[in-house]
Amino acid sequence: MSTMTSLSIADFESRYPDVFNPSIFKRFMPLIIGAGVVLYLVYCWWFFSIGTVLATGQWQRAEIYARDWISYAIRTTVRMSPEGTTITYPRFSELGDNPKPDWAIQQGNEVTVTFGAGKSLQISPTQVVAKRSGEELLVLIEADGAKPQGSLPEWATLKEDQVTVNFGFAGTADIIPERVVVSRRFLGWANFVFDTASPFWNKSISEVASMIVSGERIKPEMSNAALAFDNIWYNSSWQHGDVWTKLLQTIVMAFVGTLLATLVSFPLAFIAARNIMPNFFANQITKRFFDFLRSVDMLIWALFFTRAFGPGPLAGISAIFFTDTGTLGKVYSETLENIDDKQREGVKSVGAAPVNVQRYGVLPQVLPVFASQALYFWESNTRSATIIGAVGAGGIGLKLWEAMRTNTNWHNVAYMVVLILAVIFIFDGISNALRSRLMGKQH
Amino acid sequence: MSRANSTELTPDGIEIERHWQELAGRRRAYSWLIGIGLLVAVSGSLWFANESNAGKFFDRLPHFFDFAGDLIPRDGWEVWRALFDLPSPYFDGSLKFDYPEGRVYVFGAFYIPEYFYKMLETLNIAIISTLVGAFFGFLLCFLAAKNLVKSKLIRFFARRYMEILRAFPEIVIAGFFAAILSLGPIPAMFAVGIHTVGALGKLFFEVVENADMKADEGLRAVGANWFERVGFGIVPQVMPNFMSYALLRLEINVRASTIIGAVGGGGIGEELRLSIGRGHQAKTLAIILLLLATIIAVDQFSAWLRRRLIGNQAFAFGGKQS
Repeated sequence: MSTMTSLSIADFESRYPDVFNPSIFKRFMPLIIGAGVVLYLVYCWWFFSIGTVLATGQWQRAEIYARDWISYAIRTTVRMSPEGTTITYPRFSELGDNPKPDWAIQQGNEVTVTFGAGKSLQISPTQVVAKRSGEELLVLIEADGAKPQGSLPEWATLKEDQVTVNFGFAGTADIIPERVVVSRRFLGWANFVFDTASPFWNKSISEVASMIVSGERIKPEMSNAALAFDNIWYNSSWQHGDVWTKLLQTIVMAFVGTLLATLVSFPLAFIAARNIMPNFFANQITKRFFDFLRSVDMLIWALFFTRAFGPGPLAGISAIFFTDTGTLGKVYSETLENIDDKQREGVKSVGAAPVNVQRYGVLPQVLPVFASQALYFWESNTRSATIIGAVGAGGIGLKLWEAMRTNTNWHNVAYMVVLILAVIFIFDGISNALRSRLMGKQH
Repeated sequence: MSRANSTELTPDGIEIERHWQELAGRRRAYSWLIGIGLLVAVSGSLWFANESNAGKFFDRLPHFFDFAGDLIPRDGWEVWRALFDLPSPYFDGSLKFDYPEGRVYVFGAFYIPEYFYKMLETLNIAIISTLVGAFFGFLLCFLAAKNLVKSKLIRFFARRYMEILRAFPEIVIAGFFAAILSLGPIPAMFAVGIHTVGALGKLFFEVVENADMKADEGLRAVGANWFERVGFGIVPQVMPNFMSYALLRLEINVRASTIIGAVGGGGIGEELRLSIGRGHQAKTLAIILLLLATIIAVDQFSAWLRRRLIGNQAFAFGGKQS
């Protein structure tokens, strides 16, 4: 193509005037939309007072809570008296009834707590020495408070009579007259398999295996394998049994709700489709019925069925069933209205009964689409079933919400989130595989 | 073509007929198997659901319409009074009838009734999270598209990232931010917005992958860099589809922010939950009416706009995307 001359440009311009000189409205459309969005964002900033909320938010908590997802802290108190020092643990410590951790060692009158390489705390009846990355802090314990000697390093703070030493992720220690409160943090989930009350607690895998296979019965009424399973299932801090049951409820809610919705909306969609049921009133009534089911939010259905059936998965199933009958019905009837009429005509022309016209003229066209849509909704409901559970409609939602409200059980939240993510990914995979088989390689 | 004619078939024909019967029989057997499998799964699931429910299905069935009692006010006009926060003649000092504390005065004696204000709050949560989600989804989607990014690694991470954002339970995001910012609409915004990034990002990159690459080719021929190619070659042709998906998402987000509201995110969802829990018939009905009207209005508006943007294609796949 040769270079354009001004003549050819003028020629183009005269042939396509609306490309070269669009109306002002069209020309500034993106700008108008952009300005509108910016104005709206400013309005929202004011409406929700986002600035104030973000500024007053306790962001230091974010770090603490996020850390709790993947780690746990063990608390211990070292009491100091003129007679000596003693280590005490809380009654329900993660370390069991008789803890002997290797990071807190008592030697005579002195206790040494280590927080990893180069970080330690030496506690004796009259003084505490804290070491971190080569720096050292001596704190003398006097009757009216802890007295740090020399200048405070960055990692220590003095508040009235209390010195707080920060060892980063590994933990903190509050030095108060007569006692040091230590919080020592470890990566991982504590006592995930067996809790401290279990006879299998704190044993290696091979030990547990040999106990199960060849050990003597710990409890006479059940085998060791049954006991081990029982201990895991009723683990007091992780509640595996309860969590898995609730998770199964969520899965069941999505599965049964979607399946029932599919079964009910399938025949109704034929009534709603105007090319199949040539009765205006029947079409309109069914369509408005679908709209009603769809527009009354899943939340409203969930709240009502919770009243009707009591909290639990039945309420969730019903809520999903009602909402999705509406949505699937709408989708199905639209699919039916868009079918190719030639097949129906063919079947009709050989004198088939009306039922057979639908069976052989319509169904083969729409069935893969219908099944694919049903799978899609199943997948999406597996996600939404979590959240309606939180209003009492059964499933893991409520358990998640309760675990979060306490603000101390973030590790349980992490556990449930991992399970939910796994379930969603597995079901996504199944649904995608089935759908691409049904629809050919379109997805 | 009756069965009697089959006697006149050639041996080859009989062979074909036999084979066809065999195939059809196998298909029928598969259908039956799937049907029976589903039946077993459903009955097992229903039994499990019934067992673990607080009330049993058949015990509760006679009480099924009890909730209607939560909906029937003592006087039809009560609903309108509740909706517009007008003084009720039955006022007895409780919150069941009048609730002037929730009024939002705009100027002078003119006020917005509480429910309208809360509905606006929920709508705003939905709109702003859709806007922000669409913005980040827009930025991310080009990194996940096969036709624009050659590096498998970048695509892999972009896609997995969006998948995690999409699958992460909204309620956990809301709960986490509620612990930091205290309960209210902003955690709800985060929750709905983050989910929207993942959901829209996926739909967006599928649109981008189906885009016509001729414009891109032309731009590459004249030496445009990646950003110019995306900006002038891809964005103009995918924009209507993007807008259509964002509007579809807005419909879903209105519902989602209502639900998040009910579990502590503020807005109309919370009012509805409280009202049902306290057995305030007229107020419950008023909220449901308001919610129904809003959802229908948003759906209609979005449908109209989508039809204008991309024509009837917007309705080919229907319904909800998550």
